[in-house]
Order: sequence, then C-alpha cells, then structure tokens
Amino acid sequence: MAFYVVQFLTGLASAASLFLVASGLSIIFGVTRIVNFAHGAFYMIGAYIAFTLTERLSGAFGFWGSMVLAAIAVALIGVLVEMVLLRRIYHAPELFQLLATFGLTLMVEDLVVLIWGPDDLVGRRAPGFRGAIDFFGQNIPSYDLFLIVLGPVVLGILWLLFQRTRWGVLVRAATQDRDMVAALGVNQKWLFTSVFAVGVFLAALGGALQIPRDAVHHAMDLRIIVEVFVVVVIGGLGSIVGAFVAAVLVSELNAFGILIFPKISIILVFLVMAVVLIVRPWGLFGKPEAPARKTPGLTVNPWRPLTSNERLLALAALVIAATLPLFAGNYALTVGSEIAIFVIFAVSLHFLMSVGGLASFGHAAYFGLGAYGVAFLAKMAGLPMILCLLLGPLMGCMGAAVFGFFAVQLSGVYFAMLTLAFAQIVWSIAFQWVSVTGGDNGILGVWPEKWAGSPSHFYWLALGIAALVTIALRAMVFSPFGYALRATRDSLLRTEAIGINAKRIQWTAFVIAGTTAGIGGALFAYLKGSVFPDNLGISLSVDALVMVLLGGVETVSGAVIGAIVYKALSIWLISQTDLSKLVLGGFIMLIVVVFPKGIVGMLEMLAQRRRKSSPPGSSLLAKPIESAE
Amino acid sequence: MSVATPLLAVEGLSKSYGGIHAVRGVSFSLRAGEILALIGPNGAGKSTCFDMLNGQNQPDTGQVRLLGEEITGKKPREIWRMGVGRTFQITATFATMTVRENVQVALISHGKQLFNLFGSAPRFERGEAGRLLELVGMGGYADRPCGELAYGDLKRLELAVALANQPKLLLMDEPTAGMAPRERVDLMRLTAQIAREKSIGVLFTEHDMDVVFEHADRIIVLNRGTLIAEGTPAEVRGNPQVQAVYLGEGLVYDARHREGAST
Repeated sequence: MAFYVVQFLTGLASAASLFLVASGLSIIFGVTRIVNFAHGAFYMIGAYIAFTLTERLSGAFGFWGSMVLAAIAVALIGVLVEMVLLRRIYHAPELFQLLATFGLTLMVEDLVVLIWGPDDLVGRRAPGFRGAIDFFGQNIPSYDLFLIVLGPVVLGILWLLFQRTRWGVLVRAATQDRDMVAALGVNQKWLFTSVFAVGVFLAALGGALQIPRDAVHHAMDLRIIVEVFVVVVIGGLGSIVGAFVAAVLVSELNAFGILIFPKISIILVFLVMAVVLIVRPWGLFGKPEAPARKTPGLTVNPWRPLTSNERLLALAALVIAATLPLFAGNYALTVGSEIAIFVIFAVSLHFLMSVGGLASFGHAAYFGLGAYGVAFLAKMAGLPMILCLLLGPLMGCMGAAVFGFFAVQLSGVYFAMLTLAFAQIVWSIAFQWVSVTGGDNGILGVWPEKWAGSPSHFYWLALGIAALVTIALRAMVFSPFGYALRATRDSLLRTEAIGINAKRIQWTAFVIAGTTAGIGGALFAYLKGSVFPDNLGISLSVDALVMVLLGGVETVSGAVIGAIVYKALSIWLISQTDLSKLVLGGFIMLIVVVFPKGIVGMLEMLAQRRRKSSPPGSSLLAKPIESAE
Repeated sequence: MSVATPLLAVEGLSKSYGGIHAVRGVSFSLRAGEILALIGPNGAGKSTCFDMLNGQNQPDTGQVRLLGEEITGKKPREIWRMGVGRTFQITATFATMTVRENVQVALISHGKQLFNLFGSAPRFERGEAGRLLELVGMGGYADRPCGELAYGDLKRLELAVALANQPKLLLMDEPTAGMAPRERVDLMRLTAQIAREKSIGVLFTEHDMDVVFEHADRIIVLNRGTLIAEGTPAEVRGNPQVQAVYLGEGLVYDARHREGAST
C-alpha cells in the first residue's frame, strides 16, 4: 500500500513541472491564438541556464535565485522572439505559426549543443531538500514534496494574478474577445508581448525546477512538448485549471501506467487523450472554439487542370528525369530515388492539407507504417517484392482508417495535435515492442529483388511510381470527389446544406493520403534496406509539412516542386554542416515569414503580374512557369 | 385550404432552453408555389423555428412534414436530399472556388457523384451549372473566384446553389440582410419569379418590412415563441395585436404609405 502512495506522490511531483509548462502554453494560446511549439525549447533553455547559474552562485540563496533568474532571462529571450518573429505571423494561418515555432525549436536544439555540449548535465541538489523522508519503509525525496506543494501554489498565484490585477482582467478579456479589447483602446502589442513573457517564464521555471530531479539534455524539449500538448488537449486549450487537472492526470497515468503496462505506458496517456477528444473535443475545461481559421487561405486563386501544353512540358520533365541513369553515378541515383519517394510522401500530405484543409502533424505515421508493412511481409512472410509493394501500403491504409476516423472529428490546431499524438503512439509501439519491430535496432535486410536491385532500376521504379501517384492524386483534385473535398475545406456549413457528409469525405481523403504515404514508405524500406522507428517520427512529419509549404501550400503542384527542392537541399546540407538543424530551423522561419506562398505560389504571382502588365500575345514566356500550378 | 397534402406542414413545434420557451406550439403550412414570410421582433423565436425546419436544431415536441413525409430529427443533409434548398443569413459559399465550381459541387452532390475519384469535375454538368447561373443573372461571373464577389452577388450565387437539386421548398434566412435597397428588390423579385415558374414553396424570415409586404403571399407572425397572427399582408397589417407587439405600441408604422413609395 505504502508503495502505491509513494508512486502517487511521485506522479504529483512530476505534475508540477508539467503544469507550469502547460499553463504557460495555455495562457499564450488563450490570448494570441498561437500554439507555441517552441514552448519545449524555452523549457529546455530554462533548465540549461539554471544549471549554469547554480554552478556559479553558491548557497541556498544562490540556488533559488538562479531558478528565478534563469526564468527571467528566458522570459526576456521570449520577449525578443515575440517581437521579432511572432508579431509577423499573428494573422498567418495556424499551420504557419506551428511551423515557425517548430523551426525555432530546431534552432535551439543545435544552439544548446553548441553552447553546453552534447553530454547530459547533472545539476546540484536543492539546498534544504537534499534528503528523503521515510514513509512506511519507502523513501520519498523531500524535493518531490516541495514540488507537490509548489504546483497548487503556482495555480493560486496565477488565479490571483488573473482575478485581482488589471493586467489579469485584460488577459481574460482578450482570451474571450481580442477584437473587443482592441476596440476598447488597450495596447494589444504590449499585452501580447507581456502574455508571451509570462508564458515563457512559466515554461523556463518548469525547466529550471527539473534540475534536481533529472539530468539536463538537449532532447528534453520534444519530450516535454508532446506531453504538454497532451495535457492542454485533455485540459482544454486556454484553461489554467484544465492544465492543472490534466497535468496531474497525465502524470499519474504515467506513474501507474509503468506498473500496469510497462511496455506501453505512453500509449495509455494517448488513449485517454483520444477518448477525451471524442467525448469533449475542446478538452475537459475548455470551451468550444469559434470556427477554426482555414489552414490555407492566404489568397483566393482558383485551381485549374494543366493545359495540354503544360502537360507536354511535365511529360518532358519526366522524360529528362528518366535519362538520369545514362550519365549519373550510383550515389546520384540513390539520391534521385529518395527524392522521388519524398515526392510521393509530399503529394500525399498535400492532398490532405492543401486540398482538404487538414494539416496533419503526424503524416509520417502512415509513411512509416507502409515501410514496416513491407518489412513484415518481406522478412516474416517472405513474400516476393511485387506483392510486398502492393500489400505493404495497406498498413498505412489501415492506420489512416483508424486514426483518421477520430482525427476528422476535429479541425484546426486540435486536428494538428491529435494527428501528432497518434503518430507518437505508432512511434512508441515501434520503439517499445522490441520482439516484433526490433525496437531501436529496427528491421534490417529488406533488400529489393534482382530486377530492381541496381541503383538505376530502382530509380526508374521509384520515378515511375512517383509519376503515377502524382498523376492519380492530381486527377483526384479535379474529380467530383476533389471538388467535394475542397468544398468541405471552404465551408462546412454549406457542404452540409447541400447534402454532403463532410466527415465521410474528409475521412476518405485521410485514408487516400495515408495509403499513398504508405506507398512512399514501402519504397523507402527497399531503398534503405531497413526500417527504423525514425521512419514514423515527428521530424519526418515536419519534413513533409515543410516540403508542401516550400512548394506552395495553396497550389496544386507545389508539393512536387517543394519535395524536390527541399530534399535535394537537405541532403546537400547534411553533407556540408553539422549544424543542419540550425540552418533548417532558420530556413523554415524564413519561408513562413517572408515567403509564405512558396516557390510555385511566387511563380504564379509573378506570372499573373506579367500577364496584367503586358499584352496577351507576349505572355508566352509566362506559360512554362504556370505549368507548375 | 387545398385538399391535397401541403408542401410543408408544421405541427405543434416547441423548443425550450432551460426554462425559456423559445418556440411554443407553432403550427402552420405552406403550399407549393407559395411565398410565406416568417416575421417577428428580435427574440421572437424565428431563427430557432427556422433551424428546426432544416435540421440544424431538433424540436422538443412537434412535427415537420414535407409532402406528408416526416423530416423532424433528420440531419440537414438528409433534408436537402428530400428537396429542401436553403440560403443563409450570412452567406456560406466556397470562397476559393469559382462561381461555376460552387454550383457544380451542389450538382455533384445532387447527382450522387461525391465519391467519384476519377471523373472530370470541371466538365461535370457544366451546361446545367451555366443555366442555373443564367437564371439568377450570374452567367457572366461563372469563372470569377467566389471570394471576389460583392455581397449581393454572393446572395444570388447562394440562390443558384440552392436551386441545384430542383428543390420543392426553399428556406431563406433573411435573404436580403446586408444588401442595398435596390439589390433587395431585385433579389426578391427574382426569387418570387422562380418560385412561381417552378412551383417552389418559399419560406423566408425577414426584418425589412418593405420586402415582406411586397413579396409575401402570406405572413405568419411570431412573438415570444408563439404564433400570434397569420394571413395575407393586408390582414396582418390590419391586425391590432401585431401592431401592438410587433410594430410597437404608440409608434404608428404606416406601412401602406411605405409600400406605396417603394412600388
């Protein structure tokens, strides 16, 4: 019995940090409507700076002073980020905000390694809380008791801050109706900046307070942010009480989940989240959101199929691509195959995200499922390659059918967070279920058969499938189904009023996109000869988002161009620098802030301008550019 | 009253929220080709009533029948399939698609081609889409992006979309709200003309009394959730109860004069 009590108390202690970070995220979201992906990064910087300060400043005062100083320092960094980055994207679609803050996270991960090195840092114990208390033969660290008390105290302070101060009243008002608060003459800029600073302060404090319990390391940001997403989704975005209750719930689920299902403790939490979202899509303490902003929608540029000239041009490009083996070496062909595979991956996400308006942050799950599908069929069932390629993607299809059913019940940021969570479930199964998936070691020796074995043959295979997939999905964009899907993206109210079952349309699109991603994954398994949990990880999901974004999220063929450019760039980048995350993160922020239309979107705009400024006869030059549309 | 089944029959419709009776025992009917206005002051229960007719809201008690068939409890999309088109108070259209594509989506849905993955949508019922747009005077705008349209044109596009499934009944929630006076008259004339030609029943709510008295064949008046008057424009105008609760006591609303001015 004593053991369970101790386990319960450990859970409560973990909840404290989680609550601090989650409440910060929630406060920021409430006012600015930005889901701050970089919140985990601020948490991590808070821990690192606090570590450095506690090493320098001695004594009890030095230790606790360091905690607060670190949080203040990070809050100042937050202010800088808000003024330089966020102010430019408050009116951008959610997708852009999530991506920009994710880019920031990537940069921070590299910066932290640059400054503090790659090794885990073990910090000082907290003065006055070094020992443990004996509880019927079980030890409870006294620092845990401190944290258990701290959580409710912070909740109380926040409550006072929001109920009793003028600033708090303004924040609550802005959470309900930003426009009204602006109309009342409140300086919005200052309010947003201060709210962001408070949110970041809480995150950094949460990170600093973890030092006596855990080592500081450079991957702690992603782990906390996924947990925090889960907490705010369960508790309800924008609700501080919700964040507290959900932080306790999640921490206790973790604490006891390990006892009950040691292998799948993570899954337990995600299952609870999925159930909460289905019963109360806006979380336990959240309020139903106003209609979500549309994910694309920077401009209104009607789509059209390619003209016959443009089709010829695309065919010519394909033929040229097919001649690559005549003059390129094996390395270039492997790169070419990888690019072709990522074109498949990108167009599959594009179909869901640009055509359907559903920005999935976990699309790699279906790519990876396709890859694992092939690995299982080839290694365990010993099926021939053709059959594996045909059947492997069915894993992606089935995964998309199950998760997609739940995901399409939601929209906007909730859809993004739920798809991310589902992808993490799949990732943790692949990672933890070692007996089947090989865990971290993956499944090795998935090699193509002889007929596709040489780099040039495999390249042609990948190129051919990529072309077929692209043509098929493009045809679907301009099929009756594609029209219906775009209709659900533009107005749910109207689709329902003209007899369309929007959820079924979106679910179908999700399954199509997942299956197509699975095809990409199946080829990828053969290209690499192996399958790893990374094939369904977050960073791969974000890669796909960036590819679509880079090409142009509002265009029909942006995904193809984006995939080619992005993949080529990143392969080159990794060969050139050790700081690829820093460069990539900066690159993502740059696209979002100055280049949100993407390559194809920009070209379209230029072509349009040229058409307007010159007589119709001379627009021949603009034609090939438009072929990218 | 005709012997045949009415197009729309509403019986004893009630809805309450907590202790507030938004709609209480409302009954009325509508014949094919008839234009019926549902009016009442703010908070009278018009919108609640309207939403219960098209399935966006479910009544506590009462029935709604379309040509004798029960539609209470059905979803909006099922009611549309039975031949009920609707337009919204704040227009709902597909902003990133062209005007023609907007109509084509409705035609695709009507033709049950929603899950057709490889057909050509741009060519789908192009002629029919063009005819519908001509009908509402939008023929010249077919290739324009819907997001660029003026508000009055959006309303006309909604009408074209609502007509795509050859409806028997049109439900129009404040069809002329937010429009210029000239546009209001045009839109309602157009609606009335189409309704009579195709023998479509029209039920609309409206705040603009000019529009109501000029275009409605019959008017029903709601106040505090109950039906207080029903009849031709002349009858309703003369009804002292309506004048008292709807037009306001003390304030004499000289509708006769206003009507004369607008025609």
